[in-house]
Amino acid sequence: MKSKFSITRRAILAGTAALALLLPAGAALAGTVKVAAIYTLPVEQQWISRIHLALNAAKDRGEIDYVFSENVANTDYERVMREYAEQGVQLVVGEVFGLERAARKVAADYPETGFLMGSSFGPVAPNFSVFDNWIHEPSYLSGMVAGASTESNVIGMVGGYAIPEVNRLMNAFMEGARAVNPEVKFLVNFIDSWYDPPKAKESAFAMMDAGADIMFAERFGVADAAVERGVKAVGNVIDTSADYPNTILTSALWHMEPTIDRAIAAVAGGTFEAADYGQYSFMSYGGGSLVVDKTLVSAEVLAEVEATETSIMEGMFRVNVNDDRPVSDK
Amino acid sequence: MMDILQILLSESFWAASLRIATPLIFGVLGALLCEKSGVLNLGIEGIFAAGAMCGWMAVWLGAGLWGGVLVAALAGAFFGLIHGILTVPLGLSQHVSGLGVTLFATSLSYFTYRTALPTVTSPPRIEPFRALDIPILSDIPFLGPVVFQQTAMTMLALAMVLLVWYVLNRTALGVALQAVGDNPDSVDAQGLSVYGLRIGAVMAGSALMALGGAFLTMSAFDAFFFGMVNGRGWICIALVIFASWKPGKALLGALLFGAFDALQVRLQTEVGAMVPGQVFLMAPYVLSIFALVVAARRAEYPRALLTPWFKGQR
Repeated sequence: MKSKFSITRRAILAGTAALALLLPAGAALAGTVKVAAIYTLPVEQQWISRIHLALNAAKDRGEIDYVFSENVANTDYERVMREYAEQGVQLVVGEVFGLERAARKVAADYPETGFLMGSSFGPVAPNFSVFDNWIHEPSYLSGMVAGASTESNVIGMVGGYAIPEVNRLMNAFMEGARAVNPEVKFLVNFIDSWYDPPKAKESAFAMMDAGADIMFAERFGVADAAVERGVKAVGNVIDTSADYPNTILTSALWHMEPTIDRAIAAVAGGTFEAADYGQYSFMSYGGGSLVVDKTLVSAEVLAEVEATETSIMEGMFRVNVNDDRPVSDK
Repeated sequence: MMDILQILLSESFWAASLRIATPLIFGVLGALLCEKSGVLNLGIEGIFAAGAMCGWMAVWLGAGLWGGVLVAALAGAFFGLIHGILTVPLGLSQHVSGLGVTLFATSLSYFTYRTALPTVTSPPRIEPFRALDIPILSDIPFLGPVVFQQTAMTMLALAMVLLVWYVLNRTALGVALQAVGDNPDSVDAQGLSVYGLRIGAVMAGSALMALGGAFLTMSAFDAFFFGMVNGRGWICIALVIFASWKPGKALLGALLFGAFDALQVRLQTEVGAMVPGQVFLMAPYVLSIFALVVAARRAEYPRALLTPWFKGQR
């Protein structure tokens, strides 16, 4: 009995050791990539929900093991990055707008781990890739719809923080509106919070008091205010038309699937390297799209928008990238 | 300049001011009750979050809007009880305990929310309180649209100002409550329970604070989200000093802050191109600090504030 037991134990030890050695390779062969996401806000937040959605889809297809930490403070972010890297996660997805330099230092300490981070800056070899919500193209198109639809020629815009990724979309929206309606005036406000709907609502009310008849709803709360006053709104990043019936004229949507799927494939194939994934949020890659409520927008406006959309898809029209803080026309 | 005058004279501006002030009115009254009894309650920020989550969750589960208000108040009272036990009979540091309650209540609220709703992709919504249209009163020029076309919770907040004033100044309970915050020994000599009065006041005050949070998720908006309290609780702690622990002045302070905030939103769109937006966002806080500096010189602190009292010790 005794000898039998010792053999068994040895076998278990050997087996465990072999397993530990083979596991990463085995996982890669089986096609399940270990992915961890780190978010600074809850997964309901618009921007984050798009990443969460794409990762969950990959998980449902059986391509990845997906774990995530939400609501991680920027000051705690490095620690969480390190923990996942130490655990042998192969791809860490997240957002480093609040810790650009520090996150790159962490990545340098774990060259075997792939990092795909939302960032305002560039990639760093060998393993730090970046993405962002480059949906300035559909934003421009949604601006065309708004510019053609406004009757008071005043459009209100409530933003979170005036950071490049927010400014860029707002500027594209404004340019699109001005392209079809040179008379249009903008009211612009930032609430300096990603999620304070009561405050966003108050900003929206103030703009509607000042004559705005279309609201650019960059934040939760703006469309709610629009519904209460019976004016129209334009969505951003997510499609909220079901929540606000008869209110959302059009929305510029962001799709993270093209970005996420490419990164997962690269990790699975062992070819992941530092790159800028930003372009996969462009319309031509399916990373951005426009949805229009056809019952609220006239056919001729729609035709004009669709013509521009085709030009963008064909590469014949390029929407300007302008990261400057947008300001009111007053 | 004409623009600013026009804004200040508009009904919609003052209606917005009262709307923004409503959660602060609840919060300042709550902080006032706690401090009147001698207990500083820095749990306020977390109790706001707990009230916001519990009230919203109760409505979402089908308790009805007023049921949600009740649940929020009970949740607030529960955290008040924790803070009360830690600071009154145990006599622990009111600062540390209060901050602990804030961290605990905030995290527990979000933990409960996420445990109950693990897979939501956009925050679930409820049907919130709608703006009232009280016959006759709503038709009064200016005052009608500003005061009487608000939601029921704003009415409740205004009613609470009267109630707290009445209890503090016209009832025996109010006299005892003020005494326990000024001179607990005298209350003890009267044969009243210092512990009971203080814990009771902290619980009642915390219930009011929780209503401030509930206003955010059940009246100002229709969904709960982590971090949406966004510092409103802390403002109340400052406003209560501005108010010199008087309910009427508490209302005034909350309205003043609401007006500053409503004004900055409007100025940001009016002259936003010339001045950085952060200046406007900062303005309500700077002006509050300024008002505080002026008002605090004459503030009458409850004399036993922050001082623990133990039975049998002099």
